[in-house]
Amino acid sequence: MTTATREAPAAQVKESSTHSTVYHVAESGLGAAISIRDFNLFYGESQALYNVNMEMQRGMVTALIGPSGCGKSTLLRSLNRMNDLIDNLSIKGKVVVHDNDIYAPGVDVIALRKRMGMVFQKPNPFPKSIFENVVYPLRVEGISDKAMLEEACERALKGSALWNEVKDRLNESALGLSGGQQQRLCIARAIAAEPEILLMDEPCSALDPIATAKVEELITELRGQFTIVIVTHSMQQAARVSDNTAFMYLGKLIEYGATDTIFTVPKDRRTEDYITGRFG
Amino acid sequence: MSTIAEVQTRIMSKDKEAKAVRRYTADLSAVGEPALWGFGGALALGIILICGFLLAIFWNGITTFWPKPIEIVTLANGQMVAGEPSRENLYRPEGAFLASLSDAVKADIERNDGYAERTLYRIGNYDLYNEDFRWVNAFDVQKVERDPAFYYLERQEWGPFIGRIKSVVVDGVEQSPEALGLEGIRKEQQAARERFAEIRRIERSDIGVINHEINQIRLELRRIELAEGLESAAYRSAQADAELRLAELQGDFDRLQGQANDIKAKDARYRIVLEDVNGTTKDTQLSQIVRFYPANELSVFEKVGVYFSRWGEFLSTEPREANTEGGILPAIFGTVVMTLLMVVVVAPFGVITALYLREYAKQGKLVAMVRIAVNNLAGVPSIVYGVFGLGFFAYTVGGSIDALFFPERLPNPTFGTGGILWSALTLALLTVPVVIVAAEEALSSVPRSIREGSLACGASKWQTIRSVVLPHAMPGIMTGLILAMARGAGEVAPLMLVGVVKLAPELPVDGFFPYIHLERSFMHLGFHIFDVGFQSRNSEAGKPMVFVTTLLLLALIVLMNSSAIYIRNRLKKKFAGSQF
Repeated sequence: MTTATREAPAAQVKESSTHSTVYHVAESGLGAAISIRDFNLFYGESQALYNVNMEMQRGMVTALIGPSGCGKSTLLRSLNRMNDLIDNLSIKGKVVVHDNDIYAPGVDVIALRKRMGMVFQKPNPFPKSIFENVVYPLRVEGISDKAMLEEACERALKGSALWNEVKDRLNESALGLSGGQQQRLCIARAIAAEPEILLMDEPCSALDPIATAKVEELITELRGQFTIVIVTHSMQQAARVSDNTAFMYLGKLIEYGATDTIFTVPKDRRTEDYITGRFG
Repeated sequence: MSTIAEVQTRIMSKDKEAKAVRRYTADLSAVGEPALWGFGGALALGIILICGFLLAIFWNGITTFWPKPIEIVTLANGQMVAGEPSRENLYRPEGAFLASLSDAVKADIERNDGYAERTLYRIGNYDLYNEDFRWVNAFDVQKVERDPAFYYLERQEWGPFIGRIKSVVVDGVEQSPEALGLEGIRKEQQAARERFAEIRRIERSDIGVINHEINQIRLELRRIELAEGLESAAYRSAQADAELRLAELQGDFDRLQGQANDIKAKDARYRIVLEDVNGTTKDTQLSQIVRFYPANELSVFEKVGVYFSRWGEFLSTEPREANTEGGILPAIFGTVVMTLLMVVVVAPFGVITALYLREYAKQGKLVAMVRIAVNNLAGVPSIVYGVFGLGFFAYTVGGSIDALFFPERLPNPTFGTGGILWSALTLALLTVPVVIVAAEEALSSVPRSIREGSLACGASKWQTIRSVVLPHAMPGIMTGLILAMARGAGEVAPLMLVGVVKLAPELPVDGFFPYIHLERSFMHLGFHIFDVGFQSRNSEAGKPMVFVTTLLLLALIVLMNSSAIYIRNRLKKKFAGSQF
């Protein structure tokens, strides 16, 4: 899998415009990094996602909100095919990442995942040293040049605002860090190999308000460098950090647009009910 | 929405209802008090049983080597018995024996409800009496003395001698023990033991090296014969070379044999004449005396000396006297080497199997059946593994190895018979279910989030397993290995079929190429216990050794386990950080 086709987005856009379904497209952006088309996902017999169509803008922060069980995490995990680990899973439709259909037969899933970093709900550092945790994505690529690894480690830790706290104990176990530090370490790990896209699955749900503020600040700083897709339960968080927001409900994408618009003049009744706290 | 007044009314009506129906007390079964007593009782019983067992082994094992006094008992009929009192018990004299007793004794026995008291004496002198132990009835005893002139002499053969030292022959000159003094005799005995060790060294290792080379030459010749035929030029030239070398070796052999004979001749001029309690004399070489001490004259300090000297001998020498005397070094060595070998085999085998079952195999009926089968393997009687090991490993695999690689040694089997390798493999098979189950458990307890974290970094499944899952599961896998090791080290029954012997003349590791001889049979502490306790000519003589050997086996298992636990805790610390 290469990125050669990135040069010709125009052809893709043309192709998509002939498609019959109406797209939910955010108003601003530098072109789509990810476009999801007619995406359906089934866990065995039960359908979890219905006809999702959306485009996530390059360099922007896209937030997915919605009540529990609405399919926002499932959608996020479909973007780097983490759902492959689940038995009995079947999908219909397309997810195009930088002009490559990632569900096409013969796609190299490992190469795909290398282009995306992912941060999970709970911090999941490996039972290794802080240094080894951060450079893990480089290690799996077979990079063992010490200077290169050290440079990447420092850059990633600085990027995740953790460098000053851990620079003197890089060789200590990562499990000795506090929860907030662990989550920032996981963010450092996700950006260490300089991926194009950063997927965040409720990254602040296990953190206290101070750590949450740090991570949010970080997201704002990373905006522009990466295409960020963030799933969140907190509407305030979505409002604070994202450029575009998608509201999902019962497996369907209800509304998608610029965050300001969604939070001030939602078009759909359900979106309005959710963001005003009527349900969810 | 209801008003506050409405809510209050509802709560009050609910309270009324509850008061009518429910009692807010807990009865005995709810508190679980009787169950608690049951649990506590069961735990206490278990602890008492285990502690009692360990205490019995520990006490008996630790006191065995303590020197006991020698009692000289004069019997009613004038006979004398000298020996170490070993134990006392009550028994019921019956039949003709009871009838033959005198009336006064009969009346005494009658008063004791038909029981009489007796003491077991270790009388030694097996060569004179044909027995090591003798029961002495309390009613026969006329007099008990502790004569300071009596010695306890441990001999190379025939077990201990209990009696007086009549004279010592030093370099052909007979001297009285009084003239030499205890120190003088000890000095001569030490010198004699050194000669004895020298003879042994020449005969065992120096001549052993020559014998080994002679054997290698014969085997090489036979190999050429099998490959080229008896009439071939290669065989002829090899034969000529071999004869030259053999003649040379024969010369070395004769020279060493001469050396040994010289020392032996000298050794024969140092003798000791012993006399038992009834005046029977026994003339023996001084070098045959391993250790001797005046049992009734020892100070506490000297007793401690004898005690530790016996422990030293026990831990560092080979057994003698049908394993009831001497040391058990080969058994310790065999047990440790075999157990380590087993762990080396079972660890990768079990972990790889568990990895496949847990990580790669599609979880379904087939895998469930495999899992059940593995669990059931743990319940197969161990002797069945022994039979399988003998039939498959020794005869089939070993036989094929012999036919392929050691044809020159046939019909003598090399690998085609029991040996330490086959024993280790058999025990590995026996313990592999334990490791598989533990490793699967450990692998499945690795959090899903960690695997996902690794996969999301672009790691392949194998990279994830190798660098994240396995390190995380390692402490659990180590626990399985520790359990397997404890089980394997204590297992005896299958080993009796696949390689353990009563007495192994050669250790599995020695100075001859290839240094580690996995085909050799070996000695094992567990089998040693069985052998000494139940297979020796005199189980009474072996009994203390059973306790000491058991103590040692337990100590060895504790040692191996605690080092494994130490490693596991180090790993845990390394991976867990300060979180725990």
